[in-house]
Amino acid sequence: MTGRILEVDDLVVEYPGRGFRARPFRALHDVSLHIRPGETLGLVGESGSGKTTLGRAVLGLAPVTAGSIRLDGREIGTLSRRDRRRLSQDLQVVFQDPYTSLNPVMSVGDILAEPLRAQGMSRAEAGERIRGLLDQVNLPADAGNRLPREFSGGQRQRVAIARALAIDPRLIVCDEPVSALDLTTQARVLTLFREIQERTGVAYLFISHDLAVVRAISHRVAVMHRGRLVEQGPAAVVTENPSDPYTQRLLLSAPVPDPVEQERRREERHRLARARPESELAS
Amino acid sequence: MSDLLPGGEPAAGPPAARRGVVHRFLRNPLAVTAAAVVTAVVLVAVFADVVAPGSPVVSRLDMVNAAPGGEYLLGGDGAGRDVLSRLVHAGRLTLLGAFLTVVVAMSIGVVTGLVAAYFAGWFDTVAGWAANLVIVLPGTIVLVSLFAVIGPNILVSMAVLGIMFSPNFFRLVRNQVIAVKNELYVDAARVSGLGDARIIARHILYVVRAPIIILSATIAAAAIVVQAGLEFIGLGDPATPTWGGMLQDAFANLYTGRHLFLPPGLAIGITVACFILLANGVRDALEGDESGARRRPPRARTAAPAVPDDRATEHVPDDALLTVSGLVVGYRTRSDEVTEVVHGVDLRVERGRIVGLVGESGSGKTQTALSVLGLLPEGGEIRSGHVALDGEDLARLSPRQMRNVLGRRIGYIPQEPMSNLDPSFRIGWQLVQPMRRARGLSDSAARAEAESLLRRVGITDPPRVMSSYPHQISGGMAQRVLIAGAISCNPALLIADEPTTALDVTVQAEILDLIRDLQRERGLGVLLVTHNFGVVADVCDRVAVMRSGRIVEERATRDIFADPHHPYTITLLGSTIEGAPLRAPLDEEVAP
Repeated sequence: MTGRILEVDDLVVEYPGRGFRARPFRALHDVSLHIRPGETLGLVGESGSGKTTLGRAVLGLAPVTAGSIRLDGREIGTLSRRDRRRLSQDLQVVFQDPYTSLNPVMSVGDILAEPLRAQGMSRAEAGERIRGLLDQVNLPADAGNRLPREFSGGQRQRVAIARALAIDPRLIVCDEPVSALDLTTQARVLTLFREIQERTGVAYLFISHDLAVVRAISHRVAVMHRGRLVEQGPAAVVTENPSDPYTQRLLLSAPVPDPVEQERRREERHRLARARPESELAS
Repeated sequence: MSDLLPGGEPAAGPPAARRGVVHRFLRNPLAVTAAAVVTAVVLVAVFADVVAPGSPVVSRLDMVNAAPGGEYLLGGDGAGRDVLSRLVHAGRLTLLGAFLTVVVAMSIGVVTGLVAAYFAGWFDTVAGWAANLVIVLPGTIVLVSLFAVIGPNILVSMAVLGIMFSPNFFRLVRNQVIAVKNELYVDAARVSGLGDARIIARHILYVVRAPIIILSATIAAAAIVVQAGLEFIGLGDPATPTWGGMLQDAFANLYTGRHLFLPPGLAIGITVACFILLANGVRDALEGDESGARRRPPRARTAAPAVPDDRATEHVPDDALLTVSGLVVGYRTRSDEVTEVVHGVDLRVERGRIVGLVGESGSGKTQTALSVLGLLPEGGEIRSGHVALDGEDLARLSPRQMRNVLGRRIGYIPQEPMSNLDPSFRIGWQLVQPMRRARGLSDSAARAEAESLLRRVGITDPPRVMSSYPHQISGGMAQRVLIAGAISCNPALLIADEPTTALDVTVQAEILDLIRDLQRERGLGVLLVTHNFGVVADVCDRVAVMRSGRIVEERATRDIFADPHHPYTITLLGSTIEGAPLRAPLDEEVAP
């Protein structure tokens, strides 16, 4: 027992370039991180930083060029499609967009039954489990007979969470799971994530562009910038006293809902920008 | 809405009709008729022995080219055979041939299309080439030359025709599958441990089944026509009656038996037309379903058409730039009811002020902004109330007059910078054109102005950006370009609809700085629509909180954050997660 559910070491992901003999595009440069059982690692970064690619690599949906990904000490970066399938017991996903991550023509019950039946559960057992799952994510018991389009965004995201929980995974990759939701809904879904974690001991790799969201859910936070991890550490340190200049800029850029505090932060950001002019403006 | 209750989102709408497709199909009289005719034709062909009054092959010399109405209801043909009996029996081979074509085309096309799209790689390349090759072959000529090899065997010809048609299925299925296979729910199924066969059956075939049905009906119709054509030119089997063969016989007796053309001609025409109408009916029925499947549930409730209330415009103070009073916006639904989304909004924007309009999705904030611009989408209209710019009621202006207001007096910054730049024109052109038209500047003056504007919005190399196409610049740059465009004709009022929502936070901070600076420099009035209280706290002087089409609270920004009055505002501000307690790191494990 290493006490680590996920270990990623020097991970490199490259996508083939377009055209004949084109140079491949390197989306991740030597990324290393780990997650312990029951822990949330928040992965924050801006668009194109590689945070989603990292999540997809762990899920086996992005090509691993070099480095290793180990789940419970077992190498999973280079598994065949067939071996990969057995992993689903330990590893699940909640995607960003609750409008496209649920098949619009399948009832919620069928959506939840799918992973259960794929694990060889009988129809009756699956039905029993689904009732429990719907209850766990605070959806009414009759939700199973309805289509995804009959639900609001927050409710759909609850369905997606229920699907991820269906077979008691040990790690869930959450790719921007609350970004498409309204503020009040966002807070409730985050609370649900925390409750489930406290109850089941599942670990999260929680990916978001929103530092506030990551801060609220994570034990530890990792910051990505241009395919590299620039800072990693306890949430309190990374989101309050970051040492990396990019993290500092990211932190000060996010506006806070307090006019007085926001004005202070704005001036602080301007002062930082004057002290260290960034060339990114021009690119 | 009951979304204030903890633990639950707004209740879902009424359960949608699951049997919608069948229901919609049955309500289309043309489609039902077509389906009935096709069924009848098929049944008649299958039970030809029972239905036909006589034998299709017995010749009677006394009935050669006999006129219709006698012993033979539709007359006798050139060889003295009963036209009606032949017509009934001919349906068999014709439909069988069409069926064969569809089955062959579908089996080849669907399977190869699925495999090519789902697994891609070399098979996709090879199959694509093969499909292109088959498509360029001239079908009829191939079938005619085939006759020289195999003789008059119509079923073999139709099977070959099926191969020639298979690229249609291949391309259709391949494109559809490529579109579906990257959907997140397919990824989710893969992560759930489902095998490829199961994913294809459950998630992918379901999506492509409708277009396949539609294409099959069309191809069946085309096959009937091609088959009739082959037989007409004499390449059919003379021993078996077919509709095309009957046409050929009619042509041989052009002068003596004109009545012979009508029955096979009508049979072919009606059957083909019904197949096509059937395909259209199925498509319409399924499309009605699709459009509902992807749309987000409407949040606003249906209300009775509002009685237009003619509240007099309130006294307009001198500094008020935009005054919205009693604004009611409604959407006309298909059944001609009106769904109200904004119920009587009052709002003011003064010169040199930034007013935030904040709310959750479905609160009507964007609808309010769009009605000021006169840009409500199809079906939307201002039901009552006034939108006054400098005391002039915009709601009463003609579209032509409104065009003179937009750009010149009101500038607009949209949410999605990329989709608001035309991808086929250079950025310079898109900036220069409005200035030439609205301000009457010469081309060189407008260019110089555009360059200085771009420099003003923080772009370091304006000539390079002006000669770029939109896809060549980043999202943040595109938003700067749009802001430059919005202020290029010196408007007094700027309407910004979620101007930074699509941008990264570091870029958002820069864009907000820019909006604040421009507003100070030019004394602009700004109406900023957003869902983000951080953005409000950063730039707004005053803020209006909107919920379910009404403004629930409107006060100075500092006051509202320090002491919110309305329970909804309190809930919203309480939901922000910025101040949430931090989670301590789990205890470090003891080293093994």
